[in-house]
Amino acid sequence: MSFREQFEIPAKYKMWSLILMAVGLVSILVGYFIYGQGDEHAVARFWAVLLYNSVYFLLIVNAAMFFICATTLAMGGWQMSFRRVAEAISTAVIPIGIITGVILIALVVGHQHHIYHWITPDPNDHILMGKIGFLNPTFFIVWTSLTLLGWIFLGAKMRSVSREIDNGGPLSAEQGKKYIFKNTIWGSLYLVWFGLTVASTVPWLWFMSIDAHWYSTMYSWYTFASSFVAGMALITLFVIYLKNQGYLELVNQEHLHDLGKFMFAFSVFWTYLWFSQYMLIWYANIPEETVYFKHRVQGPYRGIFFLNLIINFIAPLLILMRRSSKRNYTLLVFMSVLIIFGHWIDFYQMVIASVSKEHVELGLFDFGVAAGFIGLIMWATGNALSKHSLINRNHPFLKESIIHHT
Amino acid sequence: MAKKKFVVGCFDDEKVLFPAVKKVRKAGYKIHDVYTPFPIHGLDQAMGLRDTSLHTAGFIYGITGTTTALTFMSWVFNKDWPLNIGGKPHFPLPAFIPITFELTVLFSAVGMVLTFCYLCQLAPFVKKHHFHARATDDLFVMVLECTSRTNEADAKAFLESVGAKEINVQEAEDGWWLGRYAKDQKLYSTPSENSLA
Repeated sequence: MSFREQFEIPAKYKMWSLILMAVGLVSILVGYFIYGQGDEHAVARFWAVLLYNSVYFLLIVNAAMFFICATTLAMGGWQMSFRRVAEAISTAVIPIGIITGVILIALVVGHQHHIYHWITPDPNDHILMGKIGFLNPTFFIVWTSLTLLGWIFLGAKMRSVSREIDNGGPLSAEQGKKYIFKNTIWGSLYLVWFGLTVASTVPWLWFMSIDAHWYSTMYSWYTFASSFVAGMALITLFVIYLKNQGYLELVNQEHLHDLGKFMFAFSVFWTYLWFSQYMLIWYANIPEETVYFKHRVQGPYRGIFFLNLIINFIAPLLILMRRSSKRNYTLLVFMSVLIIFGHWIDFYQMVIASVSKEHVELGLFDFGVAAGFIGLIMWATGNALSKHSLINRNHPFLKESIIHHT
Repeated sequence: MAKKKFVVGCFDDEKVLFPAVKKVRKAGYKIHDVYTPFPIHGLDQAMGLRDTSLHTAGFIYGITGTTTALTFMSWVFNKDWPLNIGGKPHFPLPAFIPITFELTVLFSAVGMVLTFCYLCQLAPFVKKHHFHARATDDLFVMVLECTSRTNEADAKAFLESVGAKEINVQEAEDGWWLGRYAKDQKLYSTPSENSLA
């Protein structure tokens, strides 16, 4: 059996990625002229839309690398037949990471205190003064840069370790053990850095500090769950796309079933965190804490808040529960798109509902910027896929993936 | 509760068992069951068993638990004994969710265990027939059910030809409970769904 190992970017794919990127660029430019130079609220909206879109798409492509490292550490073999797809998606961390870094640093350097009002705290505000060791521009800029550089560097290292056995024959048992150990070391370094950033500090700094007086211990895990489930949906979409184009001969319904299980399980995990965060605050009913939910549950964001729960919990729970639906290509594509959209809406309400509390604005600007990032992901992933073989054919665990059975 | 006749073939290798199962089904014999010391991936598909409906039962038990919890708690706090707890409404849905979740899990777990025992015909004090004691140790035991059209001698010869090490004929009760779970067996065809492209 011969494999189509080399991905050639179809002309249509390239065209669409360029069109989407152009739409994004035009949206940012038009948005800048409409909102970016208006009054305080308009400026805040402009920057908030850039903020949540860039961070959302950065975190979901970064989740692809998290998936690789987590399965590597778990000694997983089943993902080997499509691991290169997740690797290719994670290359998008480089361009989107740079864009996000620029946006975040511009927010702080440009004193956008309508979004981050901790930039210029009132000396009498003892809560903000108490947090000043963490919430200050210098720490924000240094930590954000370190975070992004760490993801880019460790991700690139994992990818190069994956490629280094491409040329050459099968590994001997000794070489194989050494190779797996090397993977484990770099994977665990990435995971430690991931834990220090995505699973703790980064959501505090980038998102939670918009409501600088409020805090929730669930917030970072909530953000992580959101980005991970959307990241799995993104991997599923690319795997199915490549499968439809006649690539990835080694991937079959068994692998798809496991991807579907990840989407199902982490949708439920996301809901668990969503609910835990909500219920504790609802129960205690302390004004300092309920301030976060006031305009979301009882204010103008009520519709979006519950739509979020329906798309991200009820739909995956009921639709992905059956075994046959996790093995159905069409249904998985539908659910992946729904989950990616649902968590985009989730990030939207996490940021926008804190920036503009009085009225909801969700319009062409939001969708245009999102389209730009989707185009950028398609472009970066397509390029990375076409550069290297789609199968890591000398990896010691490849056979485990070929005979994988759920 | 009829006594039935079975032809029992014992295999000592998984690699022989799989093709044997295929050949036996192709030849048209009815496989009663295959007893193995450990779960074998893909054996159920090779035997042509239909997917279990245990998960459907589990879902039904689960939603029963959900409705039980929600209706009971709302009845207690709204109708039977309304209490003002911390100024919360009489139907405080978020406070009900953890208990609803627990009851959903409890109902589906207990229900599925009992259903599983029923489907496998397991119950306290019921003695089951063992076709071969070493099925729990190191033998893979394939049991063919004799129908009116089965020729025992042919079946024994066929089992030997596909690699069985030990072959005998046994008579046993095939079930003890009403509504016994008859394992549907699909007709043999080349599997296409999971084969590699």
